[in-house]
Amino acid sequence: MGDAARNLAVAEPKQYRTSKSTWDEIANGRPFQDLMATKKVFIVPAFIFFVVYYFALPVLVGYAPQFMATKVGYVNLAYLFALSQFFVAWIIAGLYVKAANDFDRLAKDILDKAELDKARDGQGGK
Amino acid sequence: MSNIPLIMFLVFIAITLGITYWASRRSAGASAYFAASRQIKGWQNGVAVAGDYMSAASFLGIAGIIAFQGYDGFLFSVGWLVAYLTVLLVIAEPLRNAGKYTMADVLAYRLKPRPVRGMASLSTLTVSTFYMIAQMVGAGTLVKLLLGGMVTYNQAVIGVGLLMIVYVVFGGMLATTWVQIIKAILLMAGTLLLSILVMAHFRFSFREFFTAISQVTYHDAKGAVVVKDFLTPGLRYKPPYGPLDLISLGMALIFGTAGLPHILVRFYTVPDAKTARHSVVWAMVLIGSFYIMTTFLGFGAATIVGPDFIRGHGGTNMSAPLLANALGGGVFFAFISAIAFATILAVVAGLTISATTSFSHDFWTNVIHNGVERKPGEEVMVARISAFVVGAVAIGLAIVLQTANVAFLVALAFAVAASANLPVIVLSIFWRRFNTAGAVTGLAVGLLASIGLILVSPSVMGIDPPTITGAARHLIQVKPWFPLENPGILSIPLGFLGAILGTLVSHEPTSQEKFNELLVRSNTGLGAEKATAAH
Repeated sequence: MGDAARNLAVAEPKQYRTSKSTWDEIANGRPFQDLMATKKVFIVPAFIFFVVYYFALPVLVGYAPQFMATKVGYVNLAYLFALSQFFVAWIIAGLYVKAANDFDRLAKDILDKAELDKARDGQGGK
Repeated sequence: MSNIPLIMFLVFIAITLGITYWASRRSAGASAYFAASRQIKGWQNGVAVAGDYMSAASFLGIAGIIAFQGYDGFLFSVGWLVAYLTVLLVIAEPLRNAGKYTMADVLAYRLKPRPVRGMASLSTLTVSTFYMIAQMVGAGTLVKLLLGGMVTYNQAVIGVGLLMIVYVVFGGMLATTWVQIIKAILLMAGTLLLSILVMAHFRFSFREFFTAISQVTYHDAKGAVVVKDFLTPGLRYKPPYGPLDLISLGMALIFGTAGLPHILVRFYTVPDAKTARHSVVWAMVLIGSFYIMTTFLGFGAATIVGPDFIRGHGGTNMSAPLLANALGGGVFFAFISAIAFATILAVVAGLTISATTSFSHDFWTNVIHNGVERKPGEEVMVARISAFVVGAVAIGLAIVLQTANVAFLVALAFAVAASANLPVIVLSIFWRRFNTAGAVTGLAVGLLASIGLILVSPSVMGIDPPTITGAARHLIQVKPWFPLENPGILSIPLGFLGAILGTLVSHEPTSQEKFNELLVRSNTGLGAEKATAAH
């Protein structure tokens, strides 16, 4: 029993909790707005591009099979376009990881400030 | 047939049981049991995601579809990889930041926990069960074939079911993770080797390989000789509805993968969102490489073995093992068979743990007991018990459905994930106005629309001549009411529509008040669940 209680304590580290006004303050603050804007600038166009690029494949293959069957070297357009999807997906993933380093940097500033404020408030309150 | 496949199966079983024993000594506590203490490394989780995802349907199924229907089969391969961009760009990081063990955690943050968790749990169990039945029925047939009739269908199903129960009950997420990692490495190695042997057969000349693909020869149903260019689109998806079905399939794959519970739970096993991101990229490298190589598996089987031979030796699903046999003989056949076996086990174990996590964490603790564990360790104990139940139900259903055509269940799982799960996850993260009524209607409409449309689709309905029996026969012998095999194109918009309308007709101030909290948590990782110390 004691052992189980200990395990449970280990399993549930203290979570960051704070008041609604603090959450609102962070959400409306400049650093968080910057983070969201930076994310949007990459994620929205990237998402739209990959969805359009991907669905071009079934649309073209489905509605223009003759055209897609055009021979290119040993293969055809349909196969090349399908194959290109893999590389495009990998490239977008790579670009995202690169862009996400900026997100991490912006998020870390917000995290550090929140933890710091919390520590200070905690001391003042008790 | 020799004993080599059996020996390889036993070696794999011995190794995985050893891992389960090792993991069982580290699985004390809920975070350890459900999320492997959140200490899985990024690359390890990436490999495990790949192992969790690439099911027998993709390894054996895709090779078979390409071997029989050429290029159109390769389109599945494309969708199965590109889908991970949705996971990477939209889902993985917010989920890891704001959740604990299940996707419902993210929903419960700002919505009323009980109705939302209840519905999300129902949807999770539905997806997992459908997917699992398809895997188990396939497993029974395949293991029987691969072992050359040494075991019966029922024995194979019971064996696979028992192993998956043992992994999950005793080893939890940690054992499941390592079973998936080993399977993924085996699968990649086997596929690479098979691809090299295919190219060696064509003296490493792409010209010879693709020339052979352009003139695949076989006999049609009437016995006439047919020569077809297998690289031409349209062998599977024919007018009038084929193109639309293809788009619908694409939608289910692209939006469904990011809603598959057994994939989503994997992101809770890593220390933070950044690691979750890296694990998606690792998974994409492996999954992409694998699906590109289905070119060699599928077209290799079509050209080297030939559809006629495959049809006479176990059917489409045996394409890859038969190709291995043709190129590398009995030992290689045994190796590829063992990989297929490992593939099935890793996937069903992943499905079982996601189903049991959702049942015990969402339904038992949070819906029935209002989020309170009555005694320490109750949640894990309930999960272990439910793993037995899930396993027993899966075994039972697989035995009952032995001769039924269940291949559509995989499509159904993706459709439910895309139409029910994805809309509510996305709306809860991005839409301030979203509320409980919206989540519940969205989940319900998405679930019912996908199931309903599949039931009246050509996957289930169709009129067969009396000569067609068993698994090939349609379950309902009437003309299909809905023309597409994949309901995604209709059910995904319906799921979103249900969620949006449900929200708009109701009023729930608290869900909007807590939106900022979820927004900050999911985007910054502030207050995210942390890794727990090993002990």
